[in-house]
Amino acid sequence: MERCAVIGVGQTKHAAKRDDLSMIGLVREAATRALEDAGLTFRDIDAVVIGKAPDMFEGVMMPELFLAEALGAVGKPMMRVHTAGSVGGSTAIVAAHLVSAGIHQRVLTVAYEKQSESDAMWALSPKYPFQPPLMAGAGGYFAPLIRAYIRRSNAPNDVGVRVAVKDRLNALKNPYAHLKMPEISAAQVEASPMLWDPIRYLETCPSSDGACAMVLSSETAARSAPHRPAWVHATATRSEPNLFAGRDQVNPRAGRDCAAALYKQAGITDPRKQLDAAEIYVPFSWFEPMWMENLGFAPEGEGWKMTLEGATALGGDMPINPSGGVMSSNPIGASGMLRFAEAALQVRGQAGEHQVEGAKLAMGHAYGGGSQFFAMWIVGDARP
Amino acid sequence: MATREIAVVSFAQTNSRRNELDETEMLLPVITEAVKRSGIARSDIGFTCSGSCDYLGGRPFSFVMVIDAIGAWPPIEESHVEMDGAFALYEAWVRLQHGDIDAALVYAFGKSSQGDLPDVMVTQLDPYYVAPLWPDSISLAALQARAMLDEKRCTELEMAEIAVRNRKSAKANPHAHLKGDHLAANLLGEPYAVAPLRRHDCPPITDGATAIVLAAGDLARKVCKRPAFIRGIDHRIEPHALGLRDLTRSPSTKLAGERAGVGKGKIDVAELHAPFTHQEVILRDALGLGAEVDVNPSGGALGANPMMVAGLNRIGEAAQRILDGKANRVLAHATSGPCLQQNLVCVLEAE
Repeated sequence: MERCAVIGVGQTKHAAKRDDLSMIGLVREAATRALEDAGLTFRDIDAVVIGKAPDMFEGVMMPELFLAEALGAVGKPMMRVHTAGSVGGSTAIVAAHLVSAGIHQRVLTVAYEKQSESDAMWALSPKYPFQPPLMAGAGGYFAPLIRAYIRRSNAPNDVGVRVAVKDRLNALKNPYAHLKMPEISAAQVEASPMLWDPIRYLETCPSSDGACAMVLSSETAARSAPHRPAWVHATATRSEPNLFAGRDQVNPRAGRDCAAALYKQAGITDPRKQLDAAEIYVPFSWFEPMWMENLGFAPEGEGWKMTLEGATALGGDMPINPSGGVMSSNPIGASGMLRFAEAALQVRGQAGEHQVEGAKLAMGHAYGGGSQFFAMWIVGDARP
Repeated sequence: MATREIAVVSFAQTNSRRNELDETEMLLPVITEAVKRSGIARSDIGFTCSGSCDYLGGRPFSFVMVIDAIGAWPPIEESHVEMDGAFALYEAWVRLQHGDIDAALVYAFGKSSQGDLPDVMVTQLDPYYVAPLWPDSISLAALQARAMLDEKRCTELEMAEIAVRNRKSAKANPHAHLKGDHLAANLLGEPYAVAPLRRHDCPPITDGATAIVLAAGDLARKVCKRPAFIRGIDHRIEPHALGLRDLTRSPSTKLAGERAGVGKGKIDVAELHAPFTHQEVILRDALGLGAEVDVNPSGGALGANPMMVAGLNRIGEAAQRILDGKANRVLAHATSGPCLQQNLVCVLEAE
């Protein structure tokens, strides 16, 4: 197996509506930044792997076909990944596998969503045959899971509010973040309308236009990269069915198994101690404590303590989402890749104001569907 | 680059037709059958990858519910491409190169009959400059056929003969959708559907699902008498803008074919994913296939065209010829996008 490194990272300025750009312009803004970071041009790329969430978010079926020219893919292999909300992460993993399998030297991977083209709430509320219509989007699906978590763990009511404030304060340090709320406070979050009890308006992610891109390369190609690479230490994915009796959706086994496989590959036995930072897919504030337990950062029932103790803040012992996370920028299909890319920025020392000092090992995490698809990676500043 | 030996060890498909089943119902028996035939326990399958398209089902995440058909409990390592299943097979082949797992399941499904397919396919086009003109998939293929006729690359009679041959071959395929004996001269008396295409030049609208099990070298030899080893696989894409392409040629197929090593030996059977008759001419030419090659003994996509499945079916049908001892070296091709925009070529051999 070949080693794989991240030698270029690029992302757009995320916003509710990037009406200055077409979909073509959006993916190119991220892709050209990643290439520039890697000191390369489209010509140097062997293959393109693109990912996004449901095509109904923009109303274009298999849009990678019309993006082939814009991403310099003509005459090359191009693949399109779709694994629901985890897609940004699994797209990066498909691209990393092309390098680690020794097939290609340099792969461009891109993920995007231009949510302003359509209405995600509508696209996420289809009527499936033989199933009760949800018509409530993602928040309506996840709110009962959060209520179950609170009941199980006896977490105090303000944990979600704390996460919402922390992530928006982190976002102020990230020039690409969508939400910029310098006045954010617990009182403001508490006063915002209740959308799906217990999720308030300010405890949800925004709906964003945005894209993320990375250049992944072999060890040989990484040697000539102008900036420090982030080395891929481990990748893992796990999936489980959506509905069956006895399925634990609050602390899903697919997430636990995925993390266990990931840590084993990376030689990690105590993730909270050994990882310096983690970018975790938290679309609703309460998912921070929930995933802390699922990922083994905290014992079951105690994830919320990490939030309350400030462990997950920038400057805490386990900084979670120093970039501001999904709570501050959410171009859905790109949100997972942004987690993976932000983890790479941390270990490359390129995270700017939201840099975790001395970060050597960081995790990127994404999930999708009804908490059933997981994609994760660990990147480090040292060659594994 | 030295690659690990990976083989197709089993293949199962639905009886292609328009059906009343949902995606999971189509898939369950097919996956069960492919896994059973492979002789590999489900717990030994290290990776699963699928291909499908949300726009066929008219809903997001059409691949989410079909997880029910694969028995993903305990949780499995799994991925999905919004592409034909042939590209999912490519991803599985890449994953198997890592050496830590020895078997993979690949599947694809398509409910092409849920909507008005030629119109649904319009949403696949450039949304700014092309889709608003609403050229449906038959009309775009007709544009390509017209270019072929103008360039004298084929005649309407040759196109009809391709239809006759494929529908006749489909008679021997119990899974085919459209089959029968026709006379080319009679077909030419039929009116145009979209000139210069007549109905016989076009594929049927088929619902279907397919599953294939891949296994690495020693495991493949252990469970299978004649594994179909993948000796080369590659795929390439062309510009989407039709004005940037010579529609009568397929340079991406040619390049993928060269990289897959098509020319390294004699091809016994070629399964080409040519939904329209004139496209078979373009693909034969790009791959340098002579008259001695048996093309589409299954009836091809003209015999059954389940969207997102028909490409994977070509790999399955070609591999099956090796599994059955009827061929030694076969070629499979899959396409995606308007007028053969993206193409995959796979060469399989017996030992």
